[in-house]
Amino acid sequence: MSEHAHPNYVKIWGILLVLLVVSIVGPMFEIQAVTLVTAFGIAFVKAYLVVKNFMHLNVEPRFLIYMLATCLAFMGLFYAGVAPDVMAATGSNWVKPSFVAALDPYADDGGVLGH
Amino acid sequence: MRPIANTRDVTGVPTGRLAIWWVIGSEIVIFGGLLASYLMYRLANPGWAGHAAHTNVVAGGFNTFVLLTSSLFAVLAHQAAEAGNGKKAAKLLIATTVGGLIFLTVKGFEWTHEIQLGYTITANTFWSFYYTAAGLHACHVIAGMIVMLIVAAKARRGVDLHHVELIGIYWHFVDVVWIFLFPLLYIAK
Repeated sequence: MSEHAHPNYVKIWGILLVLLVVSIVGPMFEIQAVTLVTAFGIAFVKAYLVVKNFMHLNVEPRFLIYMLATCLAFMGLFYAGVAPDVMAATGSNWVKPSFVAALDPYADDGGVLGH
Repeated sequence: MRPIANTRDVTGVPTGRLAIWWVIGSEIVIFGGLLASYLMYRLANPGWAGHAAHTNVVAGGFNTFVLLTSSLFAVLAHQAAEAGNGKKAAKLLIATTVGGLIFLTVKGFEWTHEIQLGYTITANTFWSFYYTAAGLHACHVIAGMIVMLIVAAKARRGVDLHHVELIGIYWHFVDVVWIFLFPLLYIAK
């Protein structure tokens, strides 16, 4: 078991709940920038607080942080490799057949898979 | 505490805890791949905002509150175990498990209502992602609850108290995944 100083967990829980309320109320203004910051920006802050204070990653050896960061980097690599195909209808000398049928491929509520 | 294999320390981290971090690393890739796929489809398809409008923000928000609170109980259980108080740790782990049960119950009502409205896993790609991501997460909640009850039973007898921290790390990760699922599936309209 790791031996380290314990922060005030109830206080951190309180901060997390305040952030939760902000992340719900913020998007109600229906302003894109506010939604991005309050819903998604705050999600990163909440995750940071949980990882640091509840999972105690900050007191682990650095190689563990690098290992987890590598896994996150692979997620980014996956996104970068696949997104150009998923998110684009055409490219140099190629057209996605599923996009040919309609002028606006995203008009169908079914989404890009064509359901 | 018994001197068993997963308390050995070769890398500066007891082997049991190192194993949990490797589990978390593999889970990052599993959930990361799923969420990255959802994100690229969502960004390419503004029409999905209309589908997301049918998800229940109140239920999602309440479940976030439940998971955050259960995480508090899990970390307090770790603190109690570290102080050698196995009985208190066991009680807090059971409270954490109850949190998981409440989460799943709310999810059950939520899904029943959505399915009754015709929003099934085959309705369209958005709902496919919705049920797959939330379902995979729910499977992790169930697995965590089962392991937590086993750890609690042992902690009550003062056995393997270091396991309390290990299941706690896993549970916090499940919480972190939900922290990202909530805005992606419920908030972004």
